[in-house]
Amino acid sequence: MTKTVKTPDLTETKAQSVLREIMAGDPVRIALSILLGFIIGAVFMVVFNDQVVSAWSNFSADPAYAFSTIWWTIQDGYGALFSGSVFNTNADNFIDGIRPLTETLRFAAPLIMAGLGVALTFRVGLFNIGATGQIMMGLAGATFVSTRMQLPIVIHMLVAVLAAVVFASVWGIIVGILKARTGAHEVIVTIMLNYVATNLFTYFLREPNILLEANGGGTPKSDQPAETAKLGQLFGSEFAMHYGVIIAILSVIFYWWLMERSTFGFRFRMVGHNASAARAAGIKVENTFVWALAISAAFAGLAAANQGLSINGGLTTSIEAGIGFDAITVALLGGSRAGGIVMAGLLFGAFKAGSAAMQVSGVSPDVLGVVKALIVLFIAAPPIIRAIYRLPKPIPKLLIPVSKPSKVSK
Amino acid sequence: MSKIEVTPGMFSQIEAKASLKAPIVMTLSAFLVLAVFGVFGKAGEIAFFWNKKESLSTPPDFLVHSMTFNTITGVIMVLLAAVSFFFYFRNKKTPIWLVLIFGLLGIVSMLGWLATGASMGVQLVYILGNTLLLAIPLILGGMAGIMSERVGVVNIAIEGQLLTGAFVSSVVGTITHNLYLGMVMAMIASALLSMILASLAIKYLVDQIIIGVLLNVLVIGVTNFLHSAWLNNDTSHLNAPGTFEKIRIPLLADIPFIGPVLFDNRITVYLTFIIVPLLWFLLFKTKLGLRARSVGEHPLAADTVGINVAKTRFWWVTLGGLVAGLGGAALTIGNVGSFGREMSNGQGFIALAVVILGRWHPIYVSLSALLFGFTILLRVWANQVSPGIPFDFIAMIPYLVTLVAVAGFAGKVRPPAASGQPYEKG
Repeated sequence: MTKTVKTPDLTETKAQSVLREIMAGDPVRIALSILLGFIIGAVFMVVFNDQVVSAWSNFSADPAYAFSTIWWTIQDGYGALFSGSVFNTNADNFIDGIRPLTETLRFAAPLIMAGLGVALTFRVGLFNIGATGQIMMGLAGATFVSTRMQLPIVIHMLVAVLAAVVFASVWGIIVGILKARTGAHEVIVTIMLNYVATNLFTYFLREPNILLEANGGGTPKSDQPAETAKLGQLFGSEFAMHYGVIIAILSVIFYWWLMERSTFGFRFRMVGHNASAARAAGIKVENTFVWALAISAAFAGLAAANQGLSINGGLTTSIEAGIGFDAITVALLGGSRAGGIVMAGLLFGAFKAGSAAMQVSGVSPDVLGVVKALIVLFIAAPPIIRAIYRLPKPIPKLLIPVSKPSKVSK
Repeated sequence: MSKIEVTPGMFSQIEAKASLKAPIVMTLSAFLVLAVFGVFGKAGEIAFFWNKKESLSTPPDFLVHSMTFNTITGVIMVLLAAVSFFFYFRNKKTPIWLVLIFGLLGIVSMLGWLATGASMGVQLVYILGNTLLLAIPLILGGMAGIMSERVGVVNIAIEGQLLTGAFVSSVVGTITHNLYLGMVMAMIASALLSMILASLAIKYLVDQIIIGVLLNVLVIGVTNFLHSAWLNNDTSHLNAPGTFEKIRIPLLADIPFIGPVLFDNRITVYLTFIIVPLLWFLLFKTKLGLRARSVGEHPLAADTVGINVAKTRFWWVTLGGLVAGLGGAALTIGNVGSFGREMSNGQGFIALAVVILGRWHPIYVSLSALLFGFTILLRVWANQVSPGIPFDFIAMIPYLVTLVAVAGFAGKVRPPAASGQPYEKG
């Protein structure tokens, strides 16, 4: 049972070492992870496709046809994904062609905002899975302002967004206070508050005095948000994309500044790295938890505003659309950093935008759930992808010769 | 040498001061029950039935006036809260049996209040039996959580393991027409999933929480795809396993009240009856368990005395997968009879909460799981008696109770010290 630790070969040439650095680096690994995710997704599409299965069961009759069905299935599926999320090559004009890309941005915006919130708590060392509940409460706030109040245009929208942020933040602060004061585990608290918030929002939607639509019946559904409160469309009525995208961009900039440049963010990161050291350095760790959860929930509130103020027609709880849960994956995939979260959000947004087109093309868009999970798994677990592609291990950045105590022979 | 501050509880448990939290929470809840359900409660009769009603005209076994009944219950609860103050002044922790009796009374009082005037009444055997049935996946998921966290591996993937078990048991059970084979395959599939978690976490030191979350996402993705692209094409030949036959244990099942609740069940329930005490015995009474716990508390020390940390962790996590797989089978062939999209529906996460609420102890975890099983049932039941308060609030109660319990009773629960920390042999 001897393990040999491979040390980098010191005799390798300059070119070799550069190549090694590239192959061991993150961009290559991420690209290969995405590629492998799509390849395995393709296998799923092919194996469970009736046409392919029937063509292969008569393989001897027409081998060429059998192979071509595989090709066509993959092309149909991923082609639809591309034309549904990036550029529609079959469109008559440029506007129709580019629309899918704007749809991707539209779907990505709330994922990015909620993802930033989850990422913030990751960096403080908290595992906050409460985005779902915070979004629900944010929706309650935004919907109340947008359906029950009358305010001038723009101001109405701003008040509604603010209400979403405040409502969501309160929900986050509850977690923070329970954690700080009683030591309750944030995983339990956020799970429970998710359920409480979902039920509470449903109750609000059911109650005629609070959110239920005019002349509404037994189904929990609100009125349509007032026109003055809606997030307007960015490029006219041709595109569904709205100002939520701008809010998302501003949130990303704010997150970057907060975490990488501000004293506040420095404190967050310090607590995340080592809470006891931070406490010894005079940081009030408990207060930091409360602040982190409040700000994190505020991001979720923005995602809620994006959802609640952009829809045509009344709201139901389905408006949450699994964003709170996806936000965890987005934060993980993005490495809890602003840039990474944008990329992760765009990828997931593209999957959401493209799934309708895939459905039309006859390939179950559920395959994207598999692809998504695999990509994040491969990126989060570098050893898998290195083993599959036989990539070299990165050389540790600090190569200071440390005199290790010589191993005692057993 | 700098001065070291001596804080209470620093050296031993005996020095620790008992907390006032539990007595206060109990007192407040007791008066709440007394006031809302009792003194200012509903006027009307509560009909209690031991067994499930055979017909609409079955006379109740026990008919009481709602306000009287709940006032008496409330007063008993106030007395129990006083007893907990007594323990506090003796500088002792509120014992768990007291909290349990207290909670049980609260539940009975609430049931009575909800069912006041309803002709359906409170059918105790029906309620308890179904609570048990619905709690089985949570209990088994909780056991899987204990088994991996006790050796220092955080298992967020319980949800994925339950879903895997549910899917595999349903499909294998349907195709082979053998539910026992389906159950075994579900356990094996779930254990394989655990092996992925274990090897990534232990060998490759990937963050355990991240792996857990991603395995959940992966299983949800794969089962969703297979459900829509494969199972839905031919449901009757792929996803219609039915359920296990109920096994009536002779004699024991004839005990009134307890018999029909406990001893007229499916094999999944009986296996749970065996697994929970067995795990308790293994963990706390055997050398194997001591070793496992030492790995979870202080891997370096365990390693020093010659315990193979990586191996211990790997096998406990894998065995946990077997148990969670059985929990998944309990969802389909143990209860519903077919696989539904994302049918675990967050129960893996509830199991996670149950593990913390039950302080990583098999018996307490099972009791907390029963509370949630009751919750799931309550949602269905409350809809039938139409109690006149918004349905959404009833659905909310168990989660609020958990929050109060976590904040008030459990407080700063201490997980196994090395939980979530990878161990690298230096």
